[in-house]
Amino acid sequence: MAILVNSDTKVLVQGITGSFGGRHTQLSLEYGSQIVAGVTPGKSGQVFEDKVPIFDNVTEAAKESGATASAIFVPPPFAADAILEAVDAGLELVVAITEGIPVRDMIEVKAALRGSPTRLIGPNCPGVVTPGTGENSHGGCRIGIAPGYIHKKGDIGVVSRSGTLTYEAVWQLTSNGLGQSTCVGIGGDPVPGSTHLDIIKLFNEDPETRGIIMIGEIGGSAEEEAAAWIKENCNKPIAGFIAGTTAPPGRRMGHAGAIVSGGKGTAEAKISAMEDAGISVAETPSQMAEALIKIL
Amino acid sequence: MNLHEYQAKQLLAQYGVEVPGGQPCTTANEARSIAEKLFTEGHDMVVVKIQIHSGGRGKGVFKDGFKGGVHLCKSAEDVYEKATSMLGKTIVTKQTGETGRQVNTLLIASAEKILSEFYLAVLLDRESSQPLIMASCEGGVDIEEVAETNPNAIIKLQVDPLLGLKPYQARNLAKALGLSGKMIQSAAKLISGIYKTWWECDASMVEINPLCIVENPDGTKKMSAVDAKISIDGNALYRHKNIAEMRDLNEEAELEVEASKYDLNYIKLDGNVACLVNGAGLAMATMDAIKHFGGDPANFLDVGGGATKEQVTAAFQIILKDPNVKAILVNIFGGIMNCNTIAEGVVAAAAETQLSLPLVVRLEGNNVEAGRKTLSESGITLITADSLADAAKKVVSEATV
Repeated sequence: MAILVNSDTKVLVQGITGSFGGRHTQLSLEYGSQIVAGVTPGKSGQVFEDKVPIFDNVTEAAKESGATASAIFVPPPFAADAILEAVDAGLELVVAITEGIPVRDMIEVKAALRGSPTRLIGPNCPGVVTPGTGENSHGGCRIGIAPGYIHKKGDIGVVSRSGTLTYEAVWQLTSNGLGQSTCVGIGGDPVPGSTHLDIIKLFNEDPETRGIIMIGEIGGSAEEEAAAWIKENCNKPIAGFIAGTTAPPGRRMGHAGAIVSGGKGTAEAKISAMEDAGISVAETPSQMAEALIKIL
Repeated sequence: MNLHEYQAKQLLAQYGVEVPGGQPCTTANEARSIAEKLFTEGHDMVVVKIQIHSGGRGKGVFKDGFKGGVHLCKSAEDVYEKATSMLGKTIVTKQTGETGRQVNTLLIASAEKILSEFYLAVLLDRESSQPLIMASCEGGVDIEEVAETNPNAIIKLQVDPLLGLKPYQARNLAKALGLSGKMIQSAAKLISGIYKTWWECDASMVEINPLCIVENPDGTKKMSAVDAKISIDGNALYRHKNIAEMRDLNEEAELEVEASKYDLNYIKLDGNVACLVNGAGLAMATMDAIKHFGGDPANFLDVGGGATKEQVTAAFQIILKDPNVKAILVNIFGGIMNCNTIAEGVVAAAAETQLSLPLVVRLEGNNVEAGRKTLSESGITLITADSLADAAKKVVSEATV
């Protein structure tokens, strides 16, 4: 079952003719995902790699292809508009990969999303993977930029603000023989479409997810909010890790949202809230899978 | 991107926010003539403020012993003397660290007769993804301290971003700050201007501390933003050319400026174990692992998801310019990135920089076998590691030898 996407999910790509979007669309096709349409204004009628028809707008692309999800690879100045277009077209899921969208644009997007049935993942994220049953998890649904081959079909859910730390966790799980139900990168921006808590709730309701790895980092209070809910409502075993214990206050650590400001958003506060909620917090990033296996 | 006080006040003034009259300058002669003009306008006191990106300027001490980066002066001659004592000199404040900061610019402004002080800031409330206005009657003090000791003294107002701040909300906020009569309207106008500055300039934060009721030379009263701090969302600078030009490279660490030229995300720290990592989260986690095993990270360095050989070489050169570095850890999880590209970059960089420091490399992921082969056949001396923990342990022990 997994969450958000499965091997039947039909995906369209906004920004499919850009080099970054094109490359990752190709990789998703090779992974066996159903990329059914592309959108680049002014290029309708063209076909990507002899396989994927391109449309001028999302509404047409969705109507013609039956896509219910979108991957956004549009450059930062135009990305918020691309998200809103996908929302307006009524897609169920929008995954924004783009890094560097101005915060003000995302504040507006977030406000426009209130009451909308569309779920936004990202921006500034690696995307979503539900591994398939083939060799190297081939045949699954890969939306975004994560390496497909490190996954393995299974029953562990992964949610994270960081791309490479997600890969690290997935790799550790796969190396230990533990597969994943779905892996969700929620992104490193201060205004994310979905939070840890949004995704944890989905994992909690998913009968095929047995355990969860939740990876956070300094900045904001999303991990604390998730921990508070988990403490009261979630009975599945959860392991976690928080990056940034050694980050100097007031500095943005690569991700726009990774900043301790005014004494808020420290790793210590997050780790203590997670431990208080019964989450098994790994001491080093090498022990994320180990921390979960201990409590499974 | 942080702005200087004088730049922040220029932006605020454009949005109708009252600020004390004055101008920035870079020479003592200019300082004197700005002061002369202010005295002619009827002000009886002028303030000279150093313009550096640091709090605690008033209590800072210059390396030559001269005390204070903010001075009240009663004559243009005094302004000239104070400017001479500060321009070109290095000051140490509680935020600059021991190296201090060189003073290149001063703000010469009228010293207002302050009747009462408030605090006002606009920022993003990450929990609700909405703009948040924070205000307090306790102005001119450390707001974090107020939040700790007297949280009730802080008034919070969430703003619907699609509607913006409405005039009635600004009036209510003014009233909540204890203002009455004509001051309510005057404060509301100022608060609206501050919010507009935040929104339209894509600011991450606008902080007015203190926001004051001041007495004009003719005895009338008004509200004025006596000090101001603004930081701008770097991702939005492409649509604010005028603000982008306000960037002051003198305020940024030399190596960080150098790194930004190569699209490398580098932050210098005080330790001696350098690290080079792909991905911001993994880079933070690598620093944490170094600390966990008893070491001290020398930097944060994210080479990004698609690093080239040139970037890796530049990254090594930047790391090696930090004299504290005793050992280097390269930690790459090549998801899409080809491990062999990184390996080739490491080999080229080690040769080009004639690397003599211990180098620990942990490679994992895409095309890792070829990457390992490139490293082992290169002839450069390096220590390989299986996991991040293993790598961190090894690099810490190399750095402490």
